[in-house]
Amino acid sequence: MAEQNCLVENDWICGEYLRSRGHELAEATVQHIWITAASVLIGLAVAFPLALLARRGRHFAGPVLGLTTVLYTVPSLAMFSLLLPLFGLSAALVVTGLVLYSLTILVRNILAGLEAVPQEAREAAKGMGYGPVRLLWEVELPLALPALMAGLRIATVSTVALTTVGSLVGKGGLGNLIEDALPSFFKAQVLTASVLCVLLAVAADLLLLGVQRLLTPWTRIRTPARASAGAGIAKTEAV
Amino acid sequence: MGVIGEAWTWLTTGANWSGDGGAAHRLAEHLYVSGIALAVACAVALPVALYLGHVGKGGALAVNLSNVGRAVPVFAVLALFMMTPLRNSGYLPTVIALVLFAVPPLLTNAYVGMTGVDRSVLEAARGMGMSGRQLFVRVELPLAYPMIMTGLRSAAVQVIATASIAAMVGLGGLGRIITAGFNTYDTAQVFAGAVLVALLALVVEGVLVALDRLLSPLRRRRTA
Repeated sequence: MAEQNCLVENDWICGEYLRSRGHELAEATVQHIWITAASVLIGLAVAFPLALLARRGRHFAGPVLGLTTVLYTVPSLAMFSLLLPLFGLSAALVVTGLVLYSLTILVRNILAGLEAVPQEAREAAKGMGYGPVRLLWEVELPLALPALMAGLRIATVSTVALTTVGSLVGKGGLGNLIEDALPSFFKAQVLTASVLCVLLAVAADLLLLGVQRLLTPWTRIRTPARASAGAGIAKTEAV
Repeated sequence: MGVIGEAWTWLTTGANWSGDGGAAHRLAEHLYVSGIALAVACAVALPVALYLGHVGKGGALAVNLSNVGRAVPVFAVLALFMMTPLRNSGYLPTVIALVLFAVPPLLTNAYVGMTGVDRSVLEAARGMGMSGRQLFVRVELPLAYPMIMTGLRSAAVQVIATASIAAMVGLGGLGRIITAGFNTYDTAQVFAGAVLVALLALVVEGVLVALDRLLSPLRRRRTA
């Protein structure tokens, strides 16, 4: 009986809510995941050529880094609203906004990773007859992978959180449930959706950490020199 | 192009700026809550970060705090506040939310700045007979200054953005112009409000960059 009453009593935690609105929660979570995944993947696809462009010299680096920083400064509510005349009330609007946000972190980290590749490694590859494309794919990219993955993790976690603002145009995944619950002060729905959102961010972060470990098995060989280099990366990540 | 013209008309119409829900009042609200929140966040985060950085402890706290700050949606926190009696206390829920999201960048950057000071510089200062306090004021603080300012800038940007999201749960601020536009299907007003919010964020960022250059302790040393 107590469990059935928790909807009427408007309790924070309500088992009956989870049971009766389970499909709604699942639907919102699925929307949240695909909006986040699409945004981060498109962001990566755009950020990579931009980072390569920025690497070609100061002429390109200044405008690319400047523009992505300006985009990052624009508050999410304004960003989504500015895109409204272009996209209307659609998921494309939310995805585009989130892509623009992810660019700042992704471009910076990919660039930092590529620039940290030791010159000797490059020279050695060139000496072995590697062309520029093979050099990039087989030497530079693997060495830049830890920095790239660190950026990808930060971008993904912030994208999961920012997706909720998409409820402004009705495409905010779990944010939609929060928005719907506001007028009636439906505590259980707000709390459940919020907690799910944070769990989603943590799960995505752990998943990417796992992917990073699979992709870069050599970073797990612990020597004292490596351990201190790892600490250095952790520090820049925090910024 | 039509929307941009209409938004311009909205922005240049005096009636849209006056009154309780007018842009001028919303802008004042926005600056008021943002200013208070940033000041409170600095008062809380900076002493803690500078102390921890000085004694070299609590690194895990500083890093984890900024990760948690990123993972928690602003909108969710504001919505949760609206479910509590806090919703009846004026600007308080907005200010609390803003402080919560401004503390992580301030704390993490100041801490990283303090611990990033070159060890050999510290050793040299100690060798010159500086006390812990002198070391803090004359060596660590000036060298950590750029990172502290970086933290202040990202906190300010975060605060302005968070204050606009407050409109989504019915609280005051410039974001209300946008949400009001959505409610009346007035795309021009939504666009005009978005331009105002974006401009405010960019201006605040610009002012802080300029302040940073003017106040930098290393710059003063060079010109003197």
